[in-house]
Amino acid sequence: MALLTVGRSGDRRLFWVAAIPSVAVVVWALASAGGVLDGTPVTESITWVAGLDLSLDVRVDAFSLVMVVMVAGIGVLIHAYAARYFNPDTPHLGRLAGLLTLFAGAMLGLVTADNLLWLYACWELTSITSYLLIGWDDRDPNARSSALQALLMTGAGGLVMLVGFVLMGQAAGTYELSAIVANPPGGTTVSVALVFILIGAFTKSAQWPFSSWLPGAMVAPTPISAYLHSATMVKAGVYLVARLAPPFAHLGFWRPLLFTVGLTTMVLGGAKALQQYDLKRLLAFGTVSQLGFLMVLFGAGSPEATLAGVALIVAHALFKAPLFMVVGILDHQAHTRDLRLLGRYGPGWQGPRWAAILSGASMAGVPLLFGFIAKEAAYEAFAHPDGAGTWVVLAGIVGGSMLTFAYTARLLLGAFSTRPVAGRPVPVDGGLGGTDGRGTTEELEEAPAPTWAFWAPAGALAAITVVLGATPDLLSRLTYGAAAALNPQVEPGHLALWHGLKLPLALSALTIGVGVALAAGAGQVWRFQERLPGLPSGNSIYLGSLEALNRTAAWLAGRVQSGSLPTYVGVVLVTAVVVPGVALAGELQGTDLPAFADSSGEVGLMGLVITAAAAAAVIRRRLAAVLCLGAVGYGMSLLYVLRGAPDLALTQVGIETLGAVLFVLVLRVLPRQFDERPTTLGRVVRLTISGAVGLFVFVFALVAGASRPPSGVSDEFLARSVSEGGGSNVVNVILVDFRGFDTLGEITVLTVAALGLVALARVGVRGLTVGAPDDDAPQLPGLRAYLGDADRPGGSTPLPRSGATRSGVPGSGEGADDQQGSS
Amino acid sequence: MVLEMAVRVVFHTALVMALYLLFAGHNQPGGGFVGGLVAAAALGLQYAAGGLDQVRLVGRVPGRYYVGTGLFVATLTAMVPLVVGGDLLESGKVKLHPPLLGEIKLISVLAFDIGVFLVVMGLALMMFSAFGEAAQPEHEGADDLADERSGS
Repeated sequence: MALLTVGRSGDRRLFWVAAIPSVAVVVWALASAGGVLDGTPVTESITWVAGLDLSLDVRVDAFSLVMVVMVAGIGVLIHAYAARYFNPDTPHLGRLAGLLTLFAGAMLGLVTADNLLWLYACWELTSITSYLLIGWDDRDPNARSSALQALLMTGAGGLVMLVGFVLMGQAAGTYELSAIVANPPGGTTVSVALVFILIGAFTKSAQWPFSSWLPGAMVAPTPISAYLHSATMVKAGVYLVARLAPPFAHLGFWRPLLFTVGLTTMVLGGAKALQQYDLKRLLAFGTVSQLGFLMVLFGAGSPEATLAGVALIVAHALFKAPLFMVVGILDHQAHTRDLRLLGRYGPGWQGPRWAAILSGASMAGVPLLFGFIAKEAAYEAFAHPDGAGTWVVLAGIVGGSMLTFAYTARLLLGAFSTRPVAGRPVPVDGGLGGTDGRGTTEELEEAPAPTWAFWAPAGALAAITVVLGATPDLLSRLTYGAAAALNPQVEPGHLALWHGLKLPLALSALTIGVGVALAAGAGQVWRFQERLPGLPSGNSIYLGSLEALNRTAAWLAGRVQSGSLPTYVGVVLVTAVVVPGVALAGELQGTDLPAFADSSGEVGLMGLVITAAAAAAVIRRRLAAVLCLGAVGYGMSLLYVLRGAPDLALTQVGIETLGAVLFVLVLRVLPRQFDERPTTLGRVVRLTISGAVGLFVFVFALVAGASRPPSGVSDEFLARSVSEGGGSNVVNVILVDFRGFDTLGEITVLTVAALGLVALARVGVRGLTVGAPDDDAPQLPGLRAYLGDADRPGGSTPLPRSGATRSGVPGSGEGADDQQGSS
Repeated sequence: MVLEMAVRVVFHTALVMALYLLFAGHNQPGGGFVGGLVAAAALGLQYAAGGLDQVRLVGRVPGRYYVGTGLFVATLTAMVPLVVGGDLLESGKVKLHPPLLGEIKLISVLAFDIGVFLVVMGLALMMFSAFGEAAQPEHEGADDLADERSGS
């Protein structure tokens, strides 16, 4: 799949190639539909990370099958549509086609995943691919920022959701979704987990107040909008709620939360849609509204509502995708998406027009279309009064549906008639989506008609809407099967056009009546809305929180990253001393320290080393300080000789020599004296820290050396050195054989360090050439901070090797070594 | 001048010493790391005496190539046993009997050690050229310092 993402070619036939996987999936889904609908889900499991209990569990039950057919089927049509939508010379079409396919793959993974963590992985994959798809036109700053907004919101929600997943998985003892649903765990943890998961679902499905990214994402090319925002990505949150609602809807917070969020989204989205001029934005807000509707239906968790939800999710994909496609056709042919500028068409527009009208009518809930069936089912689900809450919900969805009717009318009338549209007149500088500004409707030329292949995908979907609307029974088995897969209480039944003269029918009539009235009085509705005080829009919340985040980050970074190397080193050292030091002190209480010197020669040498170290800390001339450090190092190597470790002594001498040369190299660019004298307080603090570090390392090394288990590894290494390692120098055999892997890692680290050093030095060179020449050294910020204030810079970087061998404490070699140098 | 002459004498001796340490390392004190350090110190002396250009003349190949080659050789040595069917880093030996030199034991870890040697030496070269360059623009008179050092 990813093969195509690298394609830079602009050939739009690539879309046909990219559609092949989707076609294959549709064929597979239809082939296995029989078994799945009979109640035997297809399962597959591949162990991924066994230790973490991670496995790629795939489980396709009837509801997953519905989603799969929807994702893949609409995917095929989108590819066919995109192959006509883009001009043949558009660059990076290959990338787009590949990304679309990749996205489809991630989405299919999401709806078939049975492991929560695998589901999460697919979830984030859809976020990332959608980011790339929305920001496909990477030269457009608007597209980039919208893509980023979508990624940030869905990504942040996804992270919250991951926390929820982990809590849920821990509470249930399994990450298997089907097992959790079958045996739902309980308790406070689960409630918290569910709230977190719901937040993730809300962001993904653009629920209020996280809905602002969806209209923004409309900057994407229309095929992408049609795919992402009709059938697939935004349904992911709905999908998850649908899975979790039946077992968890009885919890106290669940229904109020979902109903509030869903209804608010539905009504606000519908109201916002009435104020749009851009067809795509209108559809986007319409989608937000429909997603709220779906949330309410699936969130209820009752058998009837679940059934209605399944019907609506199918209906929505069937009507929203062709509407987007037709809008794309209009944009493509007429070069504008502004409602006020559209309306004049030549011959040959009948196809797309009817596709749009039928799909729109289905969205509005006009009888004889599939959307009507779904809406009836929804009314039916809430028409059994069992408390005040239900009535509120029923009123909410009826109200939302009225708005749906009204904005559908605005869409269709605006796009396909020359009637003036309610709202402000066209701004002088031209249309919204238009590439070339135009005046008023009168000046419009007739848009050229699209080819039939361009609108055929939209027409096909509209035809399905009509067929299913007239004979809904065709879909009964699938719908009921899917609903039963979600909620075992669903009884087999039939979808029907005519339910009898009952409350739902009356409500449908009411919806259409009020909807017509709203459409007729669009001007008054517009003025009324203009006067309403606006709720804080999702977008302002997003921008505000982003700004707050940036401010906090800047503040925090300013506080923590002071840029002072002594502070950093101090913090690191204090941590290194305090954390293990406290534990060490606790262990050592009451015991005597082991002896640490065997001969008077050693004591004398130690005195020398300590004196030299102290001198290095006090002396103000850099060169002298470096020489003192060298004395420390050579003294140490003498100690090694006395102790019978010629290898270590050799290494130490080599390093000291090299270090001295390097010091000379860099000292030339530094002032001869340490120019900044710390304050008295600073000196006290530094002295305390240095003393503590020295003492700690001293005690630590003693104790660690003494507490070696008697049957330690050293005897074993000594015994095996010649026989297995083939060498009598056990130190070297350890390095290159027994612990060869460590050595390999160390030389890799060395290499990385070398690259870093070179980069630092380059920064220094640039600073020198660019900066003022009379300034002493500050032009070398990295170099200077690195060398002037650190304790033993030249020596500490090439040291890790000798550290590991010298201290003899596995694992703690490097840190201990650095501190040894400073003590 | 004295330093320069001394370096001329010492430099090659030091390099031979470094190689000796590298090859002797398995049975006597030494090894790739120490050998690399000695070689690096030799280069350092060269640098102190003749400046960066002198080192470049000797090094010819930039240090990063040494580092890369060394890392590659070491990794390869570690990987070969995997291909042959052993464990990572497993060693094998070959005994050679060339005339005059007596018996020479070649152990696969020697290649590993050569890798370490190259990394260490290349690292030193990289640092010399990096910091040497950083130093050059401001202090043209590197000779003063060399004199000062030779005097002290």
